[in-house]
Amino acid sequence: MSERDEIMGRIYAALQVPAPRPGSHDRTIKGKGAGGKSASDFQPFLPEAGESDAEQIEHFRARCAELKTDLHLVSSPDEARMVLGEIAGAEKWKRVATHNGTLTDTAINRLGLPVLNTTNGYDVNELELCDAGITECDALIAQTGSIVVTSRDSGGRALSVLPPHHVVLARRWQLVRDLSVGLECVHNKYKADYPSMISVVTGPSRTGDIERILVLGAHGPKKLSIICW
Amino acid sequence: MVNSANQFKIDARRVAADLRHRGLIQTAFGKYEVARDAKKSAFQDWQSARQASAEIKWDAINHLDQYLQSLVAKLEARGTKVHWASTAEQAREIILGIIKQKNARSVIKSKTMTAEEIHLNEAMEQAGYDVVESDLGEFIVQLRNEPPYHIVFPAMHLTRGDISELFQRELGSAPTNSPEELAMIARRVLRKKYLTADIGITGANFAIAETGMISITENEGNARLTAAMPKTMVTLLGIEKILPKLSDLALFLPLLATAGAGQTITCYNTLYGGPRQSDECDGPQEWHVVLLDNHRTELLADAEQRDALHCIRCGACLNVCPIFRNVGGHTYGTTYSGPIGGVITPHLRGLQDWKHLSMASSLCGACTETCPVKIDLHHHLLQNRRNAVKEKPALFERLAYKMFGFIARKPALWLLAKKLGRIIQPLQKVVKGSVLDPAKSWTQTRDLPPVAKTSFKEWWRQHQ
Repeated sequence: MSERDEIMGRIYAALQVPAPRPGSHDRTIKGKGAGGKSASDFQPFLPEAGESDAEQIEHFRARCAELKTDLHLVSSPDEARMVLGEIAGAEKWKRVATHNGTLTDTAINRLGLPVLNTTNGYDVNELELCDAGITECDALIAQTGSIVVTSRDSGGRALSVLPPHHVVLARRWQLVRDLSVGLECVHNKYKADYPSMISVVTGPSRTGDIERILVLGAHGPKKLSIICW
Repeated sequence: MVNSANQFKIDARRVAADLRHRGLIQTAFGKYEVARDAKKSAFQDWQSARQASAEIKWDAINHLDQYLQSLVAKLEARGTKVHWASTAEQAREIILGIIKQKNARSVIKSKTMTAEEIHLNEAMEQAGYDVVESDLGEFIVQLRNEPPYHIVFPAMHLTRGDISELFQRELGSAPTNSPEELAMIARRVLRKKYLTADIGITGANFAIAETGMISITENEGNARLTAAMPKTMVTLLGIEKILPKLSDLALFLPLLATAGAGQTITCYNTLYGGPRQSDECDGPQEWHVVLLDNHRTELLADAEQRDALHCIRCGACLNVCPIFRNVGGHTYGTTYSGPIGGVITPHLRGLQDWKHLSMASSLCGACTETCPVKIDLHHHLLQNRRNAVKEKPALFERLAYKMFGFIARKPALWLLAKKLGRIIQPLQKVVKGSVLDPAKSWTQTRDLPPVAKTSFKEWWRQHQ
């Protein structure tokens, strides 16, 4: 018998005796079978995110401020390019990395800096030398101030985490209410053919491992900028 | 060789009197409590969220057979190699086999308590491989050659001064008093490791049966780098980490972050569903998922305590436990400490050798109250005590109670015992707490109130 059969056999045997339902340790209720809950069952218990678009934008802005995410809500692609240029100047970027994408392509062209494009493969040592990774994202989440990046549509696994500054270019319509909707978006977008990595990123990399004191930029980016129009 | 129960007593006595340790732990947990309460209050209904998570985990664990098969089928369909390990030894052999087959030299690891459980680092180091922990706290305790102090905060027993000294000694860095500079020293050292490591080993917080993904929760980005750079990725997964649906994460990610670290959600929550796909530009060429049983199915067979498998390893029960706060994490001498460690360690490592952890509780129930998945922790501690005694009765104790019962039921004997007690009690003071005292483990730290000069019966007779 294979180890798989051994383990599965022990599981079958163990589950012959039903366990008490949570919150009712005094009595046993036989389970109805696999099914579970849907997100709408617990959504009303979770932290709020605002109902209207304006409320959700405010929520997102407040979460970003708490998390020390550098958020720029602008009104046009031109303004977004300008903001990106200003950040590049202020941070004295010499070299940036990005991937192919409708938002990234136009923004990068005007930056006038050497660019490493990760879309068709790259040398990891060169990526390590870049001052910033500029990516798109799949969703912005009002409830938590998060962005969702994937290995397929955000330039791979490393681009959004290896360079010391991660810049996300996004559109306002990408802002969703909460984590449930964000995950649903990803689910609907990719169906069964999902990317090998999907990451919910909430603020710049951080640690509290030394005396529970917050330090930004533990291993991932020290700075996270979101430019959204 | 001191057995684990005696070692626990020796260490507990030493640490409980260590004021420096006490100060550090109180400060750290004080900060944690403030942050946790603030984030808990952001929930619209924390208690209902706990109940929902308990029900989802109940469903997952009580249909583990179905969900595990679904997970594995989905993982394999996307080119992931799944391995099954009944024991810690098998898991170590599988992982060492992968390293050997890849002709690898260096391994980078992101934080995983399951790997601590199977003592993976020792096995890899003994086999001659260069292994580096990438989580800052884990990196620090690895340099100190000690196990993590706490399942979520591995280096919380150290000050910045301790860490600065450690880095000077081990890494040759300049002394500093700044946590930020210390973190940057580690960042620089580990950067090189990410770029050169052949194998990346991770744990997992959740495994999604519906889509065949694992989910890793972290703050630093070290797990993301571990899963991005090396050519081969290995994930060690306890079979109980299962969740039925992708949408369940919308509940569990905030719940874990709030209970575990006082955050609404941690910085990186990343789903992995396969090795690098044909249209992707980076990521590991191979991904191995090692499913670990290691006595989990025995705990599963105990219907009474099956909900201990709901644990999401947030560490909240450790943080509120008065025993943990007094004796510290290392005293437990086991991977999982605190109340959850007291519940599961006897199942994972033997009831008779580890039953003392179930005794190390004030039964105040703070753990049960704080547990985000509503594990009935303090009752399980009682059940372990009951099972331990049932399995191996304490004969002296049983005899003592039999005698007490016999005397207490006979008024004449009871009267005699009271009279004798008045005479014997002063004599007991002479031997109190010494080796001659038959009840020394009790009397060492406690005083029996003196037997009254007159009993109530005598007093009543005199005053009628």
